[in-house]
Amino acid sequence: MSLPIRKFDTLVIGAGGGGLRAALQLSQADANVAVVSKVFPTRSHTVAAQGGMNAALANVVPDNWHWHMYDTIKGSDYLGDQDAIEYMCRAASHLVIELEHQGVPFSRLDNGKIYQRPFGGQSQNFGGEQAARTCAAADRTGHAILHALYQQNIKAKTHFFDEFFAVDLLKDKNGFIIGALVLEIETGEPLLIEAKTTLLATGGAGQLFRTNTNAKINTGDGLAMALRAGIPLEDMEFFQFHPTGIAGRGMLITEGARGEGGYLINKDGERFMERYAPHAKDLASRDVVSRSIATEVREGRGCGPNGDHVMLKLDHLGKEVLDKRLPGICETSRTFLHIDPVEEPIPVFPTAHYTMGGIPTDRFGQVVVPVDTGEEPIPGLYAVGECACVSVHGANRLGGNSLLDIVVFGRAAGNHIIDYLDANRYHHAIDDASVEKAMAHLQRWDKKGDGESVPELKDELQTIMEQNCSVFRTQDVLQECLNQVLQIESRLQNVRLKDHSKVFNTARIEAMELENLVDIAVATVTSALNREESRGAHSRIDFTERDDNNWLKHSLFYKEGRRLEYKPVRMKPMSVETFPPKERVY
Amino acid sequence: MTTETQTDNKEQARLRWQCRRGMLELDLFLQSFMDKAYENLSPEQKQTFSVLLETPDQMLLDYLTGRVIPYDKDIADVAKKIRLAAGPDA
Ligand SMILES: Cc1cc2nc3c(=O)[nH]c(=O)nc-3n(C[C@H](O)[C@H](O)[C@H](O)COP(=O)(O)OP(=O)(O)OC[C@H]3O[C@@H](n4cnc5c(N)ncnc54)[C@H](O)[C@@H]3O)c2cc1C
Repeated sequence: MSLPIRKFDTLVIGAGGGGLRAALQLSQADANVAVVSKVFPTRSHTVAAQGGMNAALANVVPDNWHWHMYDTIKGSDYLGDQDAIEYMCRAASHLVIELEHQGVPFSRLDNGKIYQRPFGGQSQNFGGEQAARTCAAADRTGHAILHALYQQNIKAKTHFFDEFFAVDLLKDKNGFIIGALVLEIETGEPLLIEAKTTLLATGGAGQLFRTNTNAKINTGDGLAMALRAGIPLEDMEFFQFHPTGIAGRGMLITEGARGEGGYLINKDGERFMERYAPHAKDLASRDVVSRSIATEVREGRGCGPNGDHVMLKLDHLGKEVLDKRLPGICETSRTFLHIDPVEEPIPVFPTAHYTMGGIPTDRFGQVVVPVDTGEEPIPGLYAVGECACVSVHGANRLGGNSLLDIVVFGRAAGNHIIDYLDANRYHHAIDDASVEKAMAHLQRWDKKGDGESVPELKDELQTIMEQNCSVFRTQDVLQECLNQVLQIESRLQNVRLKDHSKVFNTARIEAMELENLVDIAVATVTSALNREESRGAHSRIDFTERDDNNWLKHSLFYKEGRRLEYKPVRMKPMSVETFPPKERVY
Repeated sequence: MTTETQTDNKEQARLRWQCRRGMLELDLFLQSFMDKAYENLSPEQKQTFSVLLETPDQMLLDYLTGRVIPYDKDIADVAKKIRLAAGPDA
């Protein structure tokens, strides 16, 4: 099969904050870098992040990286790897300042220092008073970071393949990853990109669930590509449900709304978070608040004709504060719900938001897999950002830690790749068999005839996941969920496209995205079914307690045979003492 | 030979991809507009819609929620159409 080939030192798949930060590090070191993105880079999902990015700058109240580290570990319900968390929290302040130099206009305090807002799960002095650790560029932090990094990459001469869809990873004869088969969306033509190093930065998989806060492009493509290449996915049972998505619609009402003084009420008008988290109340960790809302609804204290949501009350903050501090969510509510938060509360419910699990990596961004009793990096393969599991978020991510994660580990991976390229100067030949396999995957969608439709099947998958694998889970329901997902997997074989045109064929891309979602659904439900404990975002009604004796370990799901393995949590930080697991109280 | 309809179809296919954005709100605004209302635009408005899609995501969101009114009147009109087509029942 003769296909056009382009060769680069590094192929970066994904142009969100993670991919762009890594690419910048590389281009500035004169590596020859290609960045592939299915949408124009500045339309990547990072653009949606409004709340901000955590760093213990101590500009508003006392703070330091060690407290940030503690909060992150506690937030992770002790499943986070403590070496990676220490690395991230220590690097944070430096990276905020670096971003500012790269052009991100962080908001200011009156004294000229960077403004910081309080977010959930942040404390001073290891669990004491609320901290204020989130740096923001008004309510468009992600946008500012993405645009700044894109401009810097253009300046550094990174090569962009805009609107190219990565289909599958390619291998050499020894099974090492050496690039990817990509599809030019405009022409529908395939292209092989061969690279000495490949970095996956394809973002999360929020589209797994019917109601979610994510853009439609968040279909976890990189996760599924990894699975198909034989790489396991780590901790996929941990999916974050954000407490305040607009009920039934999904749009995010930022945690900043509660940071500014908004609070949740049930149908009796009760501020119920006082019961669940007497100290932190509405600013307890996300998993805690989401569970509390779901419990209120399950116990009959939900609002609305179906009692299926609670309300976020903001009117007491007054029009001036709302218009100044939270203009975005006010507009969202007015436009989509015809509800003005200045007068009425907003209906909210826990909504699928963030993929804590992902492609297993170490703190250099290298993809790692178990070998004998330990683990080893796969030479030349990297992953960063929401598609990776490094694991700094463990069982539950804190708000403001993801923007931090993507720049910290984007940069770290860039640096590691520079060293790798120094020691590995030559391209390896592509194994034809891997090209044929990837092409077969692509050409499968050329089959004509009658069959089920992609949007209908996607809808079914999302509904099954939402109903059976969300905030509260049980053995029976998860087992039934798995059966249903596996049926969808087999029905996928009968799906046919009606549109076989080449130019901007959105239907074909959506079909491949659905395939990816199905693979990820199987990984998520299987991992959830096996974990017989409650930890962070994974709450089992039949195993209500955290069980450190048996389950203080990471899951690894392999596509082949739907096999699960486990590996220990890295409890030893780089330089400080371990934070041993404690009961989590907010 | 390319007919007018073929060019039209290609343009629609291109626009449909341009409606995939980085934020759920924009997906909801644009994709449902594309499905339901795009056809009813005049040829000039279709052209304007295409120009509007070049706007960066956060600015586009400001236009569509009405937080910022675009300076260009034609763009402002199309943005308003998109806003009104959204809402609780969309
Ligand atoms: C509404 C919302 C608000 C948020 N707010 C905050 C916040 O305030 N603070 C915070 O810390 N975090 C926040 N988050 C989380 C954070 O925004 C994301 O986790 C983070 O931006 C992910 O960045 P990324 O670089 O990993 O991926 P993304 O920004 O999602 O980028 C993924 C990239 O991969 C490309 N891609 C994907 N698949 C393919 C493919 N098959 N072929 C080619 N390219 C592909 C895409 O085109 C895109 O360029 C928020 C999330 C949401 C949903």
